[in-house]
Amino acid sequence: MAEVVLRNVAKQFGNVKVIKGVDLNIADGEFAVFVGPSGCGKSTLLRLIAGLEDITSGDLLIGGERVNAKTPKERGISMVFQSYALYPHMTVYENMAFGLTLAKSGRQEIDKAVRGAAEILELTPLLDRLPKQLSGGQRQRVAIGRAIVRNPRVFLFDEPLSNLDAALRVQMRIEIAKLHKEMGVTMIYVTHDQVEAMTLADKIVVLNAGNVEQVGPPLELYHHPRNIFVAGFIGSPKMNFIKTKIDAAGPDGLKVGLPGGGEAVARVKGDGASAGDSVILGVRPEHLTTQSEGADTVLKGKVDVLEQLGEAYLLHTRLADGTLVTAKIPGDAAYNEGDDISLGVPNELCHIFRASDEIAFGRIM
Amino acid sequence: MSVAAASASELTRARVRSAWIFLTPMMIVLALVAGWPLIRTIYFAFTDANLSALDNTRFIGLANFLEYYEGEWYGLLVDPDWWNAVWNTIWFTVVSVALETVFGMIVALTLNTAFKGRGYLRAAILIPWAIPTIVSAKMWGWMLHDQFGILNEILMGIGIISQPIAWTASPDTAMWAVIMVDVWKTTPFMALLILAGLQILPTDCYEAAKVDGIHPVRVFFKVTLPLIRPALVVALIFRGLDALRIFDLIYVLTSNSRETMTMSVYARQQLVDFQEVGYGSAASTMLFMIIAVLVVLTLTVGKVRLGEDAK
Repeated sequence: MAEVVLRNVAKQFGNVKVIKGVDLNIADGEFAVFVGPSGCGKSTLLRLIAGLEDITSGDLLIGGERVNAKTPKERGISMVFQSYALYPHMTVYENMAFGLTLAKSGRQEIDKAVRGAAEILELTPLLDRLPKQLSGGQRQRVAIGRAIVRNPRVFLFDEPLSNLDAALRVQMRIEIAKLHKEMGVTMIYVTHDQVEAMTLADKIVVLNAGNVEQVGPPLELYHHPRNIFVAGFIGSPKMNFIKTKIDAAGPDGLKVGLPGGGEAVARVKGDGASAGDSVILGVRPEHLTTQSEGADTVLKGKVDVLEQLGEAYLLHTRLADGTLVTAKIPGDAAYNEGDDISLGVPNELCHIFRASDEIAFGRIM
Repeated sequence: MSVAAASASELTRARVRSAWIFLTPMMIVLALVAGWPLIRTIYFAFTDANLSALDNTRFIGLANFLEYYEGEWYGLLVDPDWWNAVWNTIWFTVVSVALETVFGMIVALTLNTAFKGRGYLRAAILIPWAIPTIVSAKMWGWMLHDQFGILNEILMGIGIISQPIAWTASPDTAMWAVIMVDVWKTTPFMALLILAGLQILPTDCYEAAKVDGIHPVRVFFKVTLPLIRPALVVALIFRGLDALRIFDLIYVLTSNSRETMTMSVYARQQLVDFQEVGYGSAASTMLFMIIAVLVVLTLTVGKVRLGEDAK
């Protein structure tokens, strides 16, 4: 069993607090993804788990054992680095075999482990090549192979796909998902790419400025973001935020005013909210439609910029108060920049956040 | 297509032209200060030139190198003093460069770690190398002096030796004294070159090795050493060439002593002290050829292609 437990883990570089007391449970065999903007501390947190950095305070437990003072090897972890970190002068085979000590396993066992991993990752024909003779995707596969042969309890990935081009990234993402399914080992994966986080994770950990903002399965984060930061970070293009005030609070939701007139009744639990409170209305671009007739809520504005994506188009619409709202509509655009437009959104897909602390009101499902 | 090709070749022509403009002054200076003396030395090697009468020289073929005269061989190639100088030079080069490499590596590895005041230490360690050889040789000459030298004073003070040793005069210690001073002086240079090699190493490999729990000694021999080999070979060639033509340090410390006489000291002795310009030039030419052969050998064995781009 190799569950990973963090108890109030903090990290300080000099006077700078990079990680501010993180509590986290990652179950055995779970795929956890740390996601957040640059500088949020996600890589540092991973390096704390790896043992490449010292934990300033708090406890780190792997498989129920406190490992704060243990070396990376004793923790039973393997790590895949963003830059691959292959030994440039060694062949693919040597790169994978280097971490295995002869003392523990015989030459034959090492050979078996390396060839087994090469088979899984389709590296067998490349075993005699040097890293510089490989493409980026192949190098990353070698780095993953090097991690596999160690047969670790916990797999750590530090933005492994960031250096690859878009097509290769999708392919490698699928391979990593497959690998997790086959090996069933605990994996912790750091990325700034929320698509990777959504597709790979059993559990997403959203980090911001050294704090955990929210932990949960991908769809829970998408549908029930705890605050504005998570709501804005998960989903692409990001959620639209409209500043407004509560007109009335009722059991069906909160009634808020819209720029340029009209109202929305967001289906949220308005506990403790009262008329006149400043709030922020959140609507995802993909939930807006151009069929505004009969829609619960209608946003009126003027098309500022139109972006055609092929399978859909983005309408960046300027509302009466100057707020820019993005709508993602499938198909080809039937609008031009400068057109007046009405965008509709169902009440149950509206999010409301308190303006004071940016925390979401729970949605009524 | 043809237009593009024409303009490309025009561009190439312009580049070649400006390259020549920049290269020409340096090539003229090199021809004057290095090419001409070299050619003239090689020319003298085949003459019986004498320092007192340079105008009255005769071409004597290979006689300076080897000559059969009345049943006996004469010339540089059968001169035991010359071969003594050759072996002295090679012995000095191998031992001093080996020691400098080992110590330089230790210093470089130490300076490559992060600690407070590293910048100052890096500058301080270069001091022996920055002192002119003639000054440090004189300084060491006094420190090694058999009667007034501080080294004998210290060693006798702590009871390691009971009577003063004439470090630079005694046949047993002269070469080692010279080697010690050279190691003291040149280790910083070696350390600097190795440090430069260490600093361009990828750091991520070391983190990977740390995660894999590989012992630091194994990492040094299996990762660091292979990766800095190109820099190390260049440093070895630099130092090796320098050591093979060693003159000033040995001449100041031990003068024309047979125990420490190197090829350069031998050539100078023939050319200046004995005024045999032809014979001395022959020795210099041999020195030049020996160094040339050794460089080619080192480059071949070390698999270094000087024109190769860094990867």
